[in-house]
Amino acid sequence: MQHGQYREEMTGVLSLARRSRPWEQTIQAFLFFCAAVSIFTTLGIIITLGTESWTFFNHVSPLEFLFTTEWQPTIDQFGILPLFTSTLMTSLAAMLVALPMGLGVAIYLSEYAPDPVRETLKPILEVLAGIPTVVYGYFALTVVTPLLRNAFGQDRVDVYNTLSAGLVMGILILPLISSMCEDALSSVPNSLREAAYAMGATKLEVSLDVMVPSAFSGIAAAFILGLSRAVGETMIVALAAGAGPNLTLNPFKAAETMTGHIVRISGGDIGYDTIDYQSLFAIALLLFLITLGLNVLSRRIVKKYGEVYE
Amino acid sequence: MTEPRGSTDSIPAFLPRLDERTRKGERWKVIFLISTLLGVFFLATLLWSVVNDSFGYVILVNETDPATLSRDGVPLENLGSRGLLAVLEENLPGRRLRSLAEERPLEERSSEELLAVIEDEIINPEIMETYDLSESLFGKARILRHLEEDYPDGALVFRSWINRRFLTAAQSSVALHAGIRGAFLGTLMTILITILTAFPVGIAGAIWLEEYAKDNRLNRFIRINIYNLAGVPSIIYGMLGLALFVRAAEPLTSGTLFGAAADPTTANGRTVLSAGLTLALLILPVIIINAQEALRAVPGILRQSSLAVGATKWQTVWHHVLPASFDRILTGTVLAVSRAIGETAPLVVVGASTFLSQDPTSIFSKFTTLPIQIYQWTARPQEEFRRIAAAAILVLLILMLSLNAVAVLLRNRIRAKKRQSR
Repeated sequence: MQHGQYREEMTGVLSLARRSRPWEQTIQAFLFFCAAVSIFTTLGIIITLGTESWTFFNHVSPLEFLFTTEWQPTIDQFGILPLFTSTLMTSLAAMLVALPMGLGVAIYLSEYAPDPVRETLKPILEVLAGIPTVVYGYFALTVVTPLLRNAFGQDRVDVYNTLSAGLVMGILILPLISSMCEDALSSVPNSLREAAYAMGATKLEVSLDVMVPSAFSGIAAAFILGLSRAVGETMIVALAAGAGPNLTLNPFKAAETMTGHIVRISGGDIGYDTIDYQSLFAIALLLFLITLGLNVLSRRIVKKYGEVYE
Repeated sequence: MTEPRGSTDSIPAFLPRLDERTRKGERWKVIFLISTLLGVFFLATLLWSVVNDSFGYVILVNETDPATLSRDGVPLENLGSRGLLAVLEENLPGRRLRSLAEERPLEERSSEELLAVIEDEIINPEIMETYDLSESLFGKARILRHLEEDYPDGALVFRSWINRRFLTAAQSSVALHAGIRGAFLGTLMTILITILTAFPVGIAGAIWLEEYAKDNRLNRFIRINIYNLAGVPSIIYGMLGLALFVRAAEPLTSGTLFGAAADPTTANGRTVLSAGLTLALLILPVIIINAQEALRAVPGILRQSSLAVGATKWQTVWHHVLPASFDRILTGTVLAVSRAIGETAPLVVVGASTFLSQDPTSIFSKFTTLPIQIYQWTARPQEEFRRIAAAAILVLLILMLSLNAVAVLLRNRIRAKKRQSR
């Protein structure tokens, strides 16, 4: 250790050397541990989904799992396609509602609305995102499904159907899409907008032909994140989309989604170490990979194209 | 556009189209406005449908006419405890009486409680039809006609499905008797565990990332990882909780490790503790991200001045940075906790009880929560269960609203104090 140059330091009255502080170090270790809990969580997810799926895939080949069209655990049929298709259908229905509406809301709020209007409407729309999803499931089943059945005919529309679940899911995702799109629009530099106005463009032309294309990456990211949310959404489909796998492209028919299936089977009495139990983990693994992929993609897009204006 | 852009020839053609272009702009403005208002409209419809289902007329038919139970012309309400006891003993089989006495001796019950028992056990009203609020308000004539034609001995009662009994009674397979006490307690206990674990860990994690972490690969990985965790569907956390807390850590979460198995018949890991910990893992990334933003908003000059007068790093964080950001941290945490209160899917997976007539007594009890109760009631086909589901939704929404209100009040108090001390 090097001794200091000051007289006080040499006589031992003052030390400028780094003192050891056990208390500080303990706290620091604790803080790091808490941050690392997130890594343990991720590891936990990967390990649990991985090991149970591994036993499952020893019994059922991954190819059979991914590409056959029959999901009937009682007769040993584990083809995920019916569950996957209905997940896709509900999610797409949700995006068909949420994307155009969300974009419309974002354009209105960021380009048209006077400040007081925006200050009141925005929090109201955010309430939509705070309502528990089980309440949306209730809404789909008791309000939207009867409406659809009256509109399209009782015999054409099932009591449980993917369309109703998808539409309501769209309402749930709407605030997410609109706030992300609004962020994207507001990150477009003002000079672009002003230049367009100076060229004589109308407000609509500025919004649709300048702002939206400039914010396209943010809007795409919002779409993908919304899609990921829709794929993982559970309670709405568990209540309104129907119980029982069904391979159909008819949105009026009942068809169970991946998440709906997990909830229904695990809510019943299910023995550990059975193939049924393990099959749920295989579904969950696929779900995890899909949503993770979508999330990563969404952030990539923002990162890659979003920085252009910064 | 047919003419090439930018050519001078197109300018004359450009001006006459101005009217058309502004009209088009006006049309689209209306479309944008409508989509915004539609969002508000959806919210209103959703809330209205819940309220609409929570109140309304009910047609009840009694198994036994209360008038036949009156003794010597004294109606039931005026009989007093002794008379009510006699009515019970006359009309109920001995076996049922004994099992009722086992729950709590009949002699100890007040006359109101005895009346309630008589109503459930002897009069036993059964729901024939239920109507929602708008039907009840605007279609009373039709309801009355229906009553006369189909249920001549029925009674028409306006019922608030959310009432004192609903709030205090235990779960029951009969919608009229069912209550949410167990589910409400379950929600409170679960959330308490969630807050007690996720709040300190989340804030500590955020402090590490914002105040201590160097910009190295490990810390960057932790940051990215937290963002990814925030996007993992909640049901996956349910699977994690099932494998980790319910199965792997069963001795801990069932309480057998402490020799305190609450329920020896079903001592497995499907307990309040497992549920609370699962939800804690679920909201941890959200809490960390919010707390990080709160810490980032604290001006650096505060840290520098504290360090400059000789405070250690932790003293700086504990005495200056945390108090300065606490209002924001609180707001973010409340948002996360609200989310946890409404979570259903992971708890179904972790193993909420489908039918629980006892209250949770400890963290090692079996559990159910309000959203799960709502899910189970909504999933049943009978209309009366939809009504109590709606009533339970109202309770849940009010609970969440009051939590948020408390948070806003607290935040304002903290801010006022901060301003004073300045």
